[in-house]
Amino acid sequence: MRSNTIGWLLLAPTLAILVVFGVVPFIYVLVVGFTEWNAFAADPTAHFAGVQNYRNLVFDGQFLYSLWATLCFGFFAVVSEVILGYFLAQLLMRDFPLKGFFRTIHTLPLMVAPIAVGATWRLMTGSGFGPIPYYLDRWFGIEFRLGTYADQAFLTTIVMDVWHWTPLATLTLLAGLASMPKEPFEQAQIDGANKFQIFWHITLPMLKPTILATVFIRLMDALRTVDEVWMLTGGGPGATTRYVGLYIWRVVFPKTDYGYGSAMSLLTLYLTIVMCWLLYVALVARRELPRAE
Amino acid sequence: MIRKRHSWIVSLAFWLAASFVTLFPIYWMFVVSARSRVELFGKPTFVIRKFFAENYTNTLSDPSFQKYMINSIVVATSNALLVTTLALFATYALSRYKLVGKENIFFWTITNRMAPPAVFLLPLFLLFTQGFTIGDWKLYDTRIGLILLYCVFNLPFAIWTLRSVIDSIPRELDEAAMIDGANTWQIMTKVIVPLARPGLAVTAILTWVFAWNEYLFAATLTSVHARTITTVLAEFVTVTGTNWGRMAATAMLTLVPALLFLGLVQRHIVSGLTFGAVKE
Repeated sequence: MRSNTIGWLLLAPTLAILVVFGVVPFIYVLVVGFTEWNAFAADPTAHFAGVQNYRNLVFDGQFLYSLWATLCFGFFAVVSEVILGYFLAQLLMRDFPLKGFFRTIHTLPLMVAPIAVGATWRLMTGSGFGPIPYYLDRWFGIEFRLGTYADQAFLTTIVMDVWHWTPLATLTLLAGLASMPKEPFEQAQIDGANKFQIFWHITLPMLKPTILATVFIRLMDALRTVDEVWMLTGGGPGATTRYVGLYIWRVVFPKTDYGYGSAMSLLTLYLTIVMCWLLYVALVARRELPRAE
Repeated sequence: MIRKRHSWIVSLAFWLAASFVTLFPIYWMFVVSARSRVELFGKPTFVIRKFFAENYTNTLSDPSFQKYMINSIVVATSNALLVTTLALFATYALSRYKLVGKENIFFWTITNRMAPPAVFLLPLFLLFTQGFTIGDWKLYDTRIGLILLYCVFNLPFAIWTLRSVIDSIPRELDEAAMIDGANTWQIMTKVIVPLARPGLAVTAILTWVFAWNEYLFAATLTSVHARTITTVLAEFVTVTGTNWGRMAATAMLTLVPALLFLGLVQRHIVSGLTFGAVKE
């Protein structure tokens, strides 16, 4: 028999750290979210304001826009990463010379700090010195100005994220592919299934937990991106790439509007948890199914 | 036979192209780091004719750079070791014991990673400067403060990565060890750790990378003593313009330790990365 006391003891340090550094600040933010508190206002003390912050948020066009922009960014970035990662993982399942070497090179962007990734892409795309604007203009006659055109800035943030994080998707999907049994594939080939049928009826269902897990971890991190985008565009032009993380930072730091910023981040956190919870339920349902049979 | 050779040539060509896309931004950063400020502007050229070493020598001889580099190494390494150990304990408990509400605890841990970091800076700043103090000593601007704080986003990640690894180790093995009279500690060190080694290695490297790369908390919760190397990168962006050369050189230098770590765990990286999604 196993004593549950030992189980709780093993879990205790983790729970203690997460409570002290995660839950305590969370409760603080929860409380501040219900107050009106701006450190540089005429009255710099906090006042209880009920749900006023949340009521304002629902009508705050800038906030809603930044939430929408974040979701679009997260959606396009994560979908591209998973699709690209799947193809790269499939290619890595084959044998070819120098495979390990190419895999290592492909993993490299993961090792670059987000803030340095932002700087790198700024150097790539900056007007006057970056190679991307220069050659786009020279070869295709496209005027590329990150500080002027909103869609270009949006696209660049996605390209940057894809460059940085596709390796993570590739590696997780590769781990998933490598752990799949071979028999169903051989059987399907004997039965004369074509490539698409094999992908749709065998690979995809078996890989679904891995795909969902990859989406889960990537979506979560994409929605709270700050450093990279801040370094690349600073949220501009205008407010087009001012994703929620950056917007919250602006409200809390330069504007010192603590109450509003807290309400904003709680709402964002809530939305993230709901989305991830739905994904998790799908993930667990898939995992439990074979056991029930 | 012919078809087979044809297909590896295609693979090879594809991966050469893919590696170019991956490496080009990093190479461009290297080019910038090897040039003076004047050479930066105008038509982009990709060959380094004369290596402008000043960016590197200035960075390397800067005493604060050396200090911050050591801080980063200490913080990231201690955090990765702490996180991997605690996550191993936690996942073992979640996997092997019938604890009340353990699936909820498992999901709750990951919610700690979802919080937008910006707004939590304020309560953390207050806690670090006023809350966690003993006499004159405070958690603010200490390496131990960062090491503990990074657990908030690294522990959930580690627990989620290790869960499937521990789950996939057959229970019969630790039950057999238990019948032989081994206690929990012996089961962990003699049975679980050797079998979970690839998973542990990947968890350690990725948490190390996340801690090494963290910027926002390090920039806010330290001032002089415990600053890490990523905070230096942002300091080159100033009102009067950005010192791109120095920044690129610093970024290149911060890559070196990360690359050494990548080389060390490369073999384990695929078998260990499954994020709780491995088939049963």
